[in-house]
Amino acid sequence: MHFEFNVEGGNFSKAGAASSQLKKILKQLNVDPKIIKRIVVALYEAEVNIVAHAYHGVIFIDIDTEKIEIKLVDEGPGIPDIELAMQQGYSTASASVREMGFGAGMGLPNIKNNSDELRITSEVNKGTTVVLITYLNS
Amino acid sequence: MKIREVVELLNAKVVSGHQHLDASVEYCFASDLMSDVLTVETDNLLLLTGLANLQTIRTSEMSDITKIIFVRRKKATDEMIRLAVENEILLIECDYSMFKTSGILYSAGLKPVY
Repeated sequence: MHFEFNVEGGNFSKAGAASSQLKKILKQLNVDPKIIKRIVVALYEAEVNIVAHAYHGVIFIDIDTEKIEIKLVDEGPGIPDIELAMQQGYSTASASVREMGFGAGMGLPNIKNNSDELRITSEVNKGTTVVLITYLNS
Repeated sequence: MKIREVVELLNAKVVSGHQHLDASVEYCFASDLMSDVLTVETDNLLLLTGLANLQTIRTSEMSDITKIIFVRRKKATDEMIRLAVENEILLIECDYSMFKTSGILYSAGLKPVY
């Protein structure tokens, strides 16, 4: 199964819409609720990152019997130092993002905790690609 | 503890999810930071927060949290209530501070997450 969702940068009123859709799909597929929670928490953090930092993004989701692979591709400022961005507490979020309850430098570490595989590639002034893989039988 | 008791103790107002008043709750987590809420793994959790916006509801949806109390006189907007109803989330508005609300619920036996 393949799904795609567009994400608008800066629009917090729609942030989480894709994660919400995926949660409904996984429930219908009778995926273990604990695995659903891990997947949607990781995706929601990544979706909020696009809204908070990028101009536009697309989420590609592939589901098979073994795993769920999610690829988030955004057009945005990119991440100059991914290792630094992965550190707990490091954030470049704006004041408006913090007002929404985010931007504490916890998103990327939490995505890592809630996925089995995480790959981040980024090019400054071009964009960032995040790949999350969760195995359904782990 | 039953949600109905929580509402009485806090002299609070239920704004969505009235059908959950007889549900029980065991744990409580108090935070205005949704990034923190997203790291909590405990089930059957009551969220106390002073952050009243759509992302509070979305965060709860993703974290399987079905009970939220807004403290410090924060009000849920119509859009928040609509999203909460769609996800069967109970919303309660309380005039007390986060500290006072936490103290009352802790004294009444709700457990901390850690």
